[in-house]
Amino acid sequence: MTGSTPGVSVSGSSLLSCPPNPFWGSKGYRIKTVIFFRVEQFLQPTAGIAQPRVVPRISRPSDAGFFYFYGNREGIQVREQLESMKKEAEVEIRSASGPDALKELRVKYLGKKGKITSVLRGMKDLPPAERPVIGGLANEIRALLEAWIGDKEQELDQERLKTRLESEMIDVTLPGKPKPLGGVHPLNAVIERIEDIFVGMGFEVAEGPEVETDYYNFEALNLPKDHPARDMQDSFYITPEILLRTQTSPVQVRSMEARGGKVPVKVICPGKVYRRDDDDATHSHQFTQVEGLVVDRGIAMSELHGTLLSFAEQMFGRKLESRLRPSYFPFTEPSVEMDISCVQCGGKGCRMCKQTGWIEILGAGMVHPRVLERGGYDSERYTGFAFGMGPERIALLKYGIDDIRHFYTNDLRFLRQFQSL
Amino acid sequence: MRVSYQWLNEYVNLEGVSPEELAEQLTRGGIEVELVEPRDHGVKKVVVGHVKSVEPHPDADRLRVCTVDAGQGEFLNIVCGAPNVAAGQKVPVALSGARLPGGIKIKKSKLRGVTSEGMICSAGELGLPEKLLPKEQQDGILVFSPSAEVGEDAKKLLGLDDVVLELDLTPNRSDCLSMWGIAYEVGALLDREVRLPQPAERRPGGKGKSVDIVLDAEEDCPLYAAQVVEGIRLGPSPQWMQNRLLAAGVRPINNVVDITNYVMLEYGQPLHAFDYHRVDNGEIVVRHGTAGETVTTLDGVTRACDTETLLITDGSKPIAIAGVMGGENSEVTEETTTLLIESAYFSPESVRRTARRLGLRSEASTRFEKGVDPERILPALHRAVELMEELASGEVASAITAKQIGDIEEVAVDLRHSRLVGVLGVQVDKQAVTDIFRRLRFPTEVKEGVYRVQVPSRRPDISIEVDLIEEVARLYGYDRIPTTLPWGQQSPGSLTPEQRLRRVIRHTLRDIGFYEAVNYSLTSPNVLRSLEQVIHPKARPVRISMPMSDERKVLRTSLVPQLLEIAEYNIHRREEGVSLFEMGRVYLAEEKKLTQQPEERWMLAGLTTGTLTSKYWQREAEVPDFFSLKGDLEILFQRLGVAGIRYEAVQPEGYHPGRTARILMKNRVIGLIGQIHPQTAQTHDLEEVFIFELDLTPVAEAVLGETMQYRPLPKYPAITRDLALVVDEDIPANRLQELIHATGGKWLRSVTLFDVFTGGRIGKGKKSIAYSLTYQAKDRTLTDDEVNGVHQAVIAKLEKEVGASLRQ
Repeated sequence: MTGSTPGVSVSGSSLLSCPPNPFWGSKGYRIKTVIFFRVEQFLQPTAGIAQPRVVPRISRPSDAGFFYFYGNREGIQVREQLESMKKEAEVEIRSASGPDALKELRVKYLGKKGKITSVLRGMKDLPPAERPVIGGLANEIRALLEAWIGDKEQELDQERLKTRLESEMIDVTLPGKPKPLGGVHPLNAVIERIEDIFVGMGFEVAEGPEVETDYYNFEALNLPKDHPARDMQDSFYITPEILLRTQTSPVQVRSMEARGGKVPVKVICPGKVYRRDDDDATHSHQFTQVEGLVVDRGIAMSELHGTLLSFAEQMFGRKLESRLRPSYFPFTEPSVEMDISCVQCGGKGCRMCKQTGWIEILGAGMVHPRVLERGGYDSERYTGFAFGMGPERIALLKYGIDDIRHFYTNDLRFLRQFQSL
Repeated sequence: MRVSYQWLNEYVNLEGVSPEELAEQLTRGGIEVELVEPRDHGVKKVVVGHVKSVEPHPDADRLRVCTVDAGQGEFLNIVCGAPNVAAGQKVPVALSGARLPGGIKIKKSKLRGVTSEGMICSAGELGLPEKLLPKEQQDGILVFSPSAEVGEDAKKLLGLDDVVLELDLTPNRSDCLSMWGIAYEVGALLDREVRLPQPAERRPGGKGKSVDIVLDAEEDCPLYAAQVVEGIRLGPSPQWMQNRLLAAGVRPINNVVDITNYVMLEYGQPLHAFDYHRVDNGEIVVRHGTAGETVTTLDGVTRACDTETLLITDGSKPIAIAGVMGGENSEVTEETTTLLIESAYFSPESVRRTARRLGLRSEASTRFEKGVDPERILPALHRAVELMEELASGEVASAITAKQIGDIEEVAVDLRHSRLVGVLGVQVDKQAVTDIFRRLRFPTEVKEGVYRVQVPSRRPDISIEVDLIEEVARLYGYDRIPTTLPWGQQSPGSLTPEQRLRRVIRHTLRDIGFYEAVNYSLTSPNVLRSLEQVIHPKARPVRISMPMSDERKVLRTSLVPQLLEIAEYNIHRREEGVSLFEMGRVYLAEEKKLTQQPEERWMLAGLTTGTLTSKYWQREAEVPDFFSLKGDLEILFQRLGVAGIRYEAVQPEGYHPGRTARILMKNRVIGLIGQIHPQTAQTHDLEEVFIFELDLTPVAEAVLGETMQYRPLPKYPAITRDLALVVDEDIPANRLQELIHATGGKWLRSVTLFDVFTGGRIGKGKKSIAYSLTYQAKDRTLTDDEVNGVHQAVIAKLEKEVGASLRQ
């Protein structure tokens, strides 16, 4: 707040005289307007500072005749003295070089021993009738000088700020300050996505042991000992009855048992599985699967088809084509494999799809009646479907990864590529 | 199974169906075709040539100049480098302008100054599978039989104009391990007639030789047939048969072996030919082995039997391991003139067990393991005998001797139309269903919405109603099954609270700079042993019974050792900093020999080494230390809402003795944090490495047991007092903090440590430690006097308990 006189708000003037333009702008009427405003404020001391806005700025009478005095010679002299002081002050304030010079000017004109005070001190020599007029004029000029000094102060502040901001200029193209950011493993990112899709379709996410019994891993899934299909999955046995699960399918029977015959059963189970394979670009002795199981009354293959298609569209995008092919799994009948149009070439044929335009993404089928019975469900009353998919394969396809071993090498150059997943 | 298109065409008319279209039909029908392989591999303009003369090359020792009649009018001059080229041979000649596999073009050219107007080719140069060829064909040029006609297209002669479909068969469709089976399948898919040869039994002219069959292991061998053929002249089989064997990926050997293999491919029934004269008394006894008994098989290896091994014996000695491999002592040799041909049914379980135990898998054992068709045992024998007569100048020397125990079961399965519609979710027309069974050649009767289907013995995979539903579905077309979403009772989908917690942990650590790793559960015991187990000290690593390698021998009991390995891997690849975490299960067993499944526990481990952030233009690279990792862990606990965690210095093996702490929650050890011992780190080529590991089970229990409750915002101002203490250097900060909390009473709102230092004016063996204590009451503004009272009590307590003094 710059200096102010009682009843007169100097800061109010800046609201009217648009700050970027100095008040002595090329059009002189601003000064007159300011003068007029000040007088009015002065004459109506109760007018609050909140009101300046409502005061019209232009279309006011010119100053001709307004300050018209019928007075004696002394009065006229004092008036002239004040007017010339005003002119002098205007020049000096205008050319003030800095805040210090401005402070001196304030003392010189408005101080206790300043020029205006000394003029007012000489008022006692004036005829009584003129005293209020001259007094008014002096106060008027004092207010004016206050305003000028205030505006000049602001101007100088602006200049100083401008200089400072100029000196603070930076190269905005320099790199930002690095904050450490890690990344979710792409396999887990894919599994989370799969979980989210199925949770959205009303599935619960179940889990089961990785060190599994032969019963749940094979027997309960319609794979008795010596069944030729056990060849498809050579296993890591720990004892003759305990092994590393070769598939997430044991969770099928475990989930059914856990539901205790209630329907619907709607679960998926993501997890690690193990097979005796030598690790190479397309094989891994450890990999992940996501199993799915739905059991209810009247579940048909068309619902399996619909569920899988909805999943594939959410996972790979709406534009894909899909097809079901008959296949074989001991624990489903009929069994299917689902192909989608190749996500890399769109079905034209490329290396990834072996020129067929199709890529296999999952195996599925209607739950075999014997498996339903093992799970405690009457296969005449209930039907169900199951499916299983490989997150590695989905990630390989989706991101065009060429070697399954990358998932287990944990090379940061690989992991870093999936930071945004 | 590799299927010759031309061979198949003899059984099912494939007119108008290209090999590619056939492959598509089969794949859509459930028989996945992995590869469609034209046998010619691009071979063009190769004809049969007759080598008229062979002269030495004037300028090269190893080359010869041949004059060849290739039916081109004039004889060709061809330079040849093969050692086996000789005048009078019929050989494949690539003419000028010919193409060979791999895009090779043959042009008239000069070889060391002699013009060569073509090339005499080896089998390999024509794209034949070299490893299936006899040695003489691998080394030199291919020589045709003298009956080959000059100028004839060599491609046709070698069957290279054929196309092979390679099938990837699922275990249930062993019926497609034969050309007959595939013919039935293709006939059904294309709805075309299937014409199969039906050779009749051959009978001997006179009384013939005798064969006695005794079945002493009837469960594993209920059916055995044999017939004797004499006058055999061993020699190569004809080119057409060799072509088909090669197309199927079977090595041609001699006419006798080739015929048994050919019939196996044709009928799916493996046969075995014994040298009749080496089978004592013409007697065949099928029995189980005895302990200690041995058989020397065809490959010269002596193999031990057990009581489950099914043996073919001649009453006195074993002469073959049934269905797996013949014995050396009854092998067909150059001297053999009389054969005993075996066609039998061996139980899949028996063959499977023995083949597995001996590590012997063959085309024959594969078929027995999956179950051969008992109805084809005699026809296959008829066919083999017929071919022996035709191609090996054999003469039938006995009637068929066959022993069968029990009858071949007839299988009839009922299919309810309503069930079919219910399971498929599509209204299949009844006529369409009967039509499908007609195409499959399954005799069917329909009664009141139920199809009674006679399942032929060639399809052992069909035994219950759903099996028939699948047959209908795959021929009806899986593509015609509509898409609907499950209806009925809706279920809310969800993750379990533990699963949600793991996601929060994963995402929090990601957000503060850790990369998630996924490691193998199997590791080496040495890797685990390098670091002492603190969290689960009693756990024994679970061992795999037959590990594939030393690196994958046991299940891990901690996640840390493998994180160290990954850090090493990445530092070796010039990464400046490595910050990793893994969330996964460890496998905890206490027993040495498992009688039950081990406990599986979710663990979380983190590692940081090198730099945290790289060098930046405004500051140097930041490096991790114990406290940076502890800070990360504290952020994680904060994010999870876990409070009341304590750290206690410990000195486990493998860790820095002064920079390691176990993590406790309510006096239970839930984790470890610390620096890896410099010596251990050095074995991984690492410098300062910091790790933590947490058992997520107690963490989950703590988090999921708590419910978030809002606390009203304080209405009255807090007063803060700083407390700068000097204490003995070995007094841990948490001891001071505990004392402050214990004495601070209900007004003490928070205690923050803001300064620690040693040295200087503090004095030797001492440290300065400064706390900021905030006091606040819920119900009023505390006065200075009140706060001072408590604060003084705190100071007095610290002085008394740990000899703390206020820093001057």
